[in-house]
Parts: sequence; C-alpha cells; structure tokens
Amino acid sequence: MAKLKKGYLALIMLFLYAPIFVLIAQSFNASRYRGHWTGFTWEWYGALFENEDILAALLNTLSIGVTAAVCATILALVTAIAMRRMDMRMRTLFNGVANIPLLNADIVTGISLMLLFLGLGLQLGYDTILLAHIVICLPYAMLCILPQVLGLDDVCYEAALDLGASPFYAFRKVVLPELRPGIMAALLLSFVMSADDFIVTYFTKGAGIDTLTTEIYAELKLGIHPEMYALSTLFFVAVAVLTVLLVVNYRVLRKYRGRRQEVRA
Amino acid sequence: MKKELLKLEHIEKSFAGRKIIEDLELTVHENEFVTLLGPSGCGKTTLLRLIGGFEQPDSGRILFEGQDITRLAPEKRQVNTVFQKYSLFAHMDVAANIAFGLKLKGKSQSYIQDKIKYALKLVNLDGYEHAQVTELSGGQQQRIAIARAIVNEPKVLLLDEPLSALDLKLRQNMQRELVKIKRELGITFIFVTHDQEEALSMSDTVVVMNQGWIQQIGTPESVYNEPENAFVADFIGDSNIVDGIMVRDELVHLLGKDIPCINKGFGENVPVDVQIRPEDIRICEPEQGDFRGVIKSVVFKGTVYDITVAAGGFDWLVQTITGHAAGKEVGIQLPPYNIQIMAKPESEDEEAVGDA
Amino acid sequence: MHNYALRRLFGVPFVIWGVLFVLLPLFFVLQQGLTDAEGAFSLATLGEALQWEYLKALGLSVGLALVSTVICLILGYPLCLILREHRQQNGLLIFLLFLLPLWMNSLLTTMAWQTILERHGVLNMLLGALSLPALNIVNTPAAIVIGMVYNFLPYMVLPLYVAIVKVDNSVIEAARDLGATHWQTLRYVLLPLTRAGIISGCTMVFIPALTTFVISALLGGNKVLLIGNIIEQEFTAAYDWQLGSALSMVLMVFIILNMIVEFFTSAQQRKEAV
Repeated sequence: MAKLKKGYLALIMLFLYAPIFVLIAQSFNASRYRGHWTGFTWEWYGALFENEDILAALLNTLSIGVTAAVCATILALVTAIAMRRMDMRMRTLFNGVANIPLLNADIVTGISLMLLFLGLGLQLGYDTILLAHIVICLPYAMLCILPQVLGLDDVCYEAALDLGASPFYAFRKVVLPELRPGIMAALLLSFVMSADDFIVTYFTKGAGIDTLTTEIYAELKLGIHPEMYALSTLFFVAVAVLTVLLVVNYRVLRKYRGRRQEVRA
Repeated sequence: MKKELLKLEHIEKSFAGRKIIEDLELTVHENEFVTLLGPSGCGKTTLLRLIGGFEQPDSGRILFEGQDITRLAPEKRQVNTVFQKYSLFAHMDVAANIAFGLKLKGKSQSYIQDKIKYALKLVNLDGYEHAQVTELSGGQQQRIAIARAIVNEPKVLLLDEPLSALDLKLRQNMQRELVKIKRELGITFIFVTHDQEEALSMSDTVVVMNQGWIQQIGTPESVYNEPENAFVADFIGDSNIVDGIMVRDELVHLLGKDIPCINKGFGENVPVDVQIRPEDIRICEPEQGDFRGVIKSVVFKGTVYDITVAAGGFDWLVQTITGHAAGKEVGIQLPPYNIQIMAKPESEDEEAVGDA
Repeated sequence: MHNYALRRLFGVPFVIWGVLFVLLPLFFVLQQGLTDAEGAFSLATLGEALQWEYLKALGLSVGLALVSTVICLILGYPLCLILREHRQQNGLLIFLLFLLPLWMNSLLTTMAWQTILERHGVLNMLLGALSLPALNIVNTPAAIVIGMVYNFLPYMVLPLYVAIVKVDNSVIEAARDLGATHWQTLRYVLLPLTRAGIISGCTMVFIPALTTFVISALLGGNKVLLIGNIIEQEFTAAYDWQLGSALSMVLMVFIILNMIVEFFTSAQQRKEAV
C-alpha cells in the first residue's frame, strides 16, 4: 500500500514536471526550433537581456502586477472593514458581487471589460489592462483578507482608543499588524493572478502593448523566441530556490521549537 | 477467577525513535471495568489504540479469546471504540450514525430499528432518532457515540477519555451512567483517563501507567491505600511523601525520629519512601504529637480544610473537617496503620518499572 | 460612541467598483447580444448563436470539459488523501512541490505539452526507444484533455485538500472501528463528508475548461474548435461583436448554473457547520 502511494505521488509529479523539464531543456537548446535538439548553449540567457520586446513585456507585467495587487488589496481591506458591520443579507450580496469575476469565465470577463472600456470611450492600453487586472485580483484579495477581518476582535482596537489613540493610529498600530498575514497573502496571490493572466489581458490590451503572456501568445504563431524559455527557467529556478529556503527555514524552526519543548518537559 | 478475554504479551511500541510502551503485559477478564490511568504521554491512549487495531506494536502479541489479533484490521475486531472527540458522522442523523455498523454487517431493517430504539433508551436519549448530530450538545454527542458503538455488541468497549470534554456536573452524571450501562450490557470496558477520581469511582481494576510502564494494577482501594511506589502514591490522591529509613520491621526513621508502623519485610536500615495521606494525619496539642509544628496556612475547600503544617523540617498537608487558626502551634500524629512504606527505586528506570 | 457610521462609508468604494466594473460590463454583453446592427432590441443574433455549427462546438466543449473535470477528480482525490496522511511529516514539502509548477507560465507549459505529444515529440521518442508503437495524440481531443487536466488540476486539488484535511482522523477511525473496510470508509464517510469540496473543485475546473480557447488553439491545431475559439474569433478576427456577445451569453447560462450550485453548496455547508 505504501509503495502504491509513493508510486502514485511519483507519477503525478512526473506529469506536473514533464513540461517544465522540456521548457528548461529548450532554454539550453542551440536550435531556434522547438523539438529539435542540436546542442547545448548558454546563448539565450545572454540574448535575453538584449531582447527589448521581452524586457518591455516583463516590465509591463511587473508594474501592472504590483500596482494591481496593491490596489486590489487596499480595496479589499476597506470593503472587508465595511462588511464587519453589515447584516447577513448585505454581506452575502457583497460577497456575491465580489465573487462574480472569480466564478465567471475569463473569456466572458475579458470580453465584457473590453466592451465596457470601449463603450465608455477609453483607449485600450496600459490603463485598461491595469483596471481589468484589479477586477480579477479583487476576489482573490478578498478571499485572503475577509476571513481575517471578520475574525478580528474589537477589544484591542477599543482598548487603544480608550488609552487615547486616534482611530487612525489605533488602526495602524493595533489592527494592521494583526492583519499582516492576510494582507501579505492577498498581495502575493493578486500579483500571481495578474502576472499569469492571459485571457483578460488579451481582450483589454489594445495594440502596441504587451505583457509577458500576450507576448508569448503572439510569438506562438511564429515560434517562441528561446530567450523566453531562458526567462521562464530563471524565474522558475528563483522560485524553486526560495521554496527550498522556506522549507529548510521552517524545518529548522520546528526542530528548534521541538527541542525547546523537550527541554521544558 | 473470571475468564481471560484479552491478553497483551511483551508489547513494545515507539514513535519516531521514542519508546511509548515498553515490554507491557496486561490481562483483561470478561465483564471487567478496567481503567488505564496515568498522566498525558504515559502511553495509555497508545495502548488503547493497539487494542482497537489503529496501531500495531513493534513487537509482542495481542490475544483475544486465545486468538492472535495483533495484525488484524480494526474492522475485523470484536471491539468498538468511543473516541475522545466523539467522532460522529456529521453528514448523518442520529439514527444513521447508530445504524452505521449494523448496516455494514447487513442486518435486517427491523433488527436495526429495534437496536436503535434500545440503544437510545440505554443512553437516555429516546426520541432523538432524527436529530442532526451537529445540533446536539457535547454530552448528547458522547451518548450517541456510546450508542453507536454498543449496538454492534462488542465484547470489549474501549473508551478514550470520553468524558474529558464535558463540564464537571455532566461528567459526574455520565460516570454513573457509564457504570449503569456497563452493568446492563455485561461486557468488558477498557477506559482511559488521566482523572484519578474518575478511575477510582468507576473501575473494578485500575492500571496505573507512567512513561510506558505499568506502575501498579489493582482494585481502586488497593492502589489508593497501598501504592507500590512513590509515583502511584503521588499521582493518586494527595499525599505526603517523605524520605525515610526502615530501621527494622515495624519501625521507620523519618525526619530525625523513629516512628512505629506496621510494615515488615524491608530489611534493616534500608532507605524507603514513606507515604501518609493528608486525611490520615491528626492534629493535636503540641506536646502530644509525633512532631511539633506551626500551622502555615489554612484553605477551606468546601468539605474539608487543607492545612499546611510545618513540622520536623517538612510541610505536611493535612485535611481536617474542622478549621484551625493559622500561626497556631500544634502537634501532628501519624497513626502507624496509616503509614505506607514503599521501596525506593534503584534508578530512574526502576522507578518506572516498579511493578514487582 | 465610535465611528461606526463612518465605517459604513467604507463600503461605498466597493459599491461603485462593483457596479462599474463587475455588473456594468455584463450589461454591455447583454446589450450587444440582444441588439441588431442598428442598435434596436432583437433576438436575431441570439438565434444565430444557436445554430447547429455553434451548438456542435458547445457540445464538444461541454463534453471535453466534463471529461477533464472527472479526470481531475479521479487524479486529485487520491492525491489529497495521500497529502492528508503526510501532513505531519513532509506534508509541506510535497505540497510546495505540487504548487511549484504553477509558477511556470501556463501558455509555455501548454506549449511544452505540444513538444511532448507531437509526432516526433518526446513521448514518441521514448516509446520508440522502448520499441512501442508511436501515439498520435496532438491535434486530437485527447491532447486538449491532457492540457486541460494539466492546467486545471490545481483548481481541483486546492478545495478538495481543504475539505479532506478538515475530516478528523478519529472520524475515519470510527468508521473502521464500526466495521467499514477502506473502500466502505471512502464510500460512506469520506466522500459524503467532503462533498462540498468535490462540488467546489468540479465547478472550479469545469468553467475554465468549458471556456478555454488557448489550450484548444495550442494542442488542437485548428482541427478541434471549442466554443471559446469561436467567441475569440468573432472578437479578434471576424469582428462580429454581437454574435460573439450572444455566444458569450450562451456560455453564461452554464456559468450561472455553476454559481447557483456553488452558492447552495456553500450555504448548506455553513448550515451544517453551525
């Protein structure tokens, strides 16, 4: 039974990592063409930093991702605080509206936002992508922040007011630190959703601007520039290293704690 | 002697390199109420899980009516468990919870209905068939968990601290009811608890455990009155435990004085632990006692007073029905027949064994 | 007396936001789908959207999405059970290992599946090395299903995992104690107790699978047209926005059905939790 489980885990991992190995291999492939292995090269890693299209798209992805994540998180925080004082029906209504972009299909969200922007007479471009990304990030930010805000205890905040703090000071010094994990999760998840989104961006971007995902899609038809594989590999390795550090750190922490408990016992 | 039902031989079990149970031997008889008593981490729950089939020992055998069931899956054992957290199936109503085991065994609908009725009556919850388990109180959930287990007519019912989540009043009620249910069913109960009062008031046999070792097996009276070592004495009830030296039979030297006792057979000039229960110590005039001392504090506990008396360089805990004034000079008497002499462990390991 | 009245004002930005960027856009889709070229109300476009060619694509989309959802469930449930057992030791590591591939751009990984599955691709090379017959998967519905399962499996696993770890160990042990075998425990206890997670996971997979146009474009060649591809083409190639909107409205029927299922499951879940 135990062997069966290990085998199953291994198969799933193989399924999940097979395309990633292929992509990493392609980043070292001397051939420009996918699926033809003609030798090992570092060339694309150098070329990456000279490919202005990719760098511009990367910059757009980063700046839109960060801005959208911050805006969505702030809006989610403000809304969640308002929802604390609501009765059940209002809360359900708010939740329902907030979750529409999450449950809706990306293609419908994308098309509807495009129709909205054009209907309002906006020029499709950076700003419309940003607005659209805040729309799709908001439900994820709410998902992270709302439970924490609803679970907050008024006592600390009121104690701070009682001790003479202004409401803003009390919020910043007492409430915000307690919400930090939720806020961090909201920022991170929103950024990931924004950076990985293709469909909504595709419909709201207009001509002349690209994020990484739309750049990749545009390249798909002509053959992807191998620099893109190099970029993804770099990014993937960075995340993998970070993850490993996180796990090691967590283990050391747990071991340390465990030992301390033993000493106490 | 009643028939042997369950026999554990040389059981060893460790988790992640830590020994939880070491070379444990235990025999449980038919229709016996056995309590496994000990502090948390003593291995009592692990022992129960070994009997239930949720864990398997690293070595040793478990015999059930003479059959080796050491590696038998839990669903194939004639044993049912009442879990600490009740563990009712939240997606079923009360009747479906109770019927769960019977349905799996393919019993007829009318048989199942009768059983549900009977079990609910037994646990005092008639008419609750169609209640949702999530709507029940903790006490009611625990009764359903008991009903769900007993309809399967197990030969042994395992109860893993089933009352620990209930409040005091409810717990005392349930203790009485469990004893009643046990009497009605006529099956064996193995009950795990860390609450010594619970253990003493319910069981036929108390098994005191510490650090994976059985410290003492006996009736509630014998483990209370004649603890075999300092751990048992200390764990069960309040105790004064003093280092002493057995001068000879029926005479022990403690805190600078020779005190008569009734114990024999320890040899001469042997270091021992001396235990005296607080309710057995008498307070008297200063010059009449075995020791002279001063009352340090008095705490009213409802039925008794807890009095601390500093005498002979030791703070004695004394329980009396009548109050005394703090600061008063008094004497304390240690009646010989209430002094319990216990052999000192030779090493820490020995202390854990202790079941000579 | 605190500033609770002020706090109500905190809800205002969201109301404006929700009306402007969540509800109004959907209204625009309805408006486009329900008007004719002159802008007058008309059901003609909607009628056009319901012709056989589009319904066929919709049927194929629903079929592939269903197959993908079922495969994700069948793959994901045992995975979550194993993860649940491991949550004490190595659980975090396995879970992160599982999440790590998500950081790779999904367009690129889907593209990589093409490299694996194509006629002279990695899979056929391996099969050839083992002297097994080559498979012709790319540009077939099977390739699209593989792509969908790859892309959407995490959407299944996350809600499933959350539901499965919530089941207390002792509940499973109680079932075994009462005479249930492994399978009976799964059938009568685990599956019903995790029903909300299963439904949530299925809706999370079904909708993106139903509406994707990227996976079908990359792995289906131009041979397999899904409803998503048709809508995309109406907007980016044919420039018939009204037909595209009408087709989107057809899709929205499924989405709304999904939302209703999701809403009732979570409402029931809340009731059970009380």
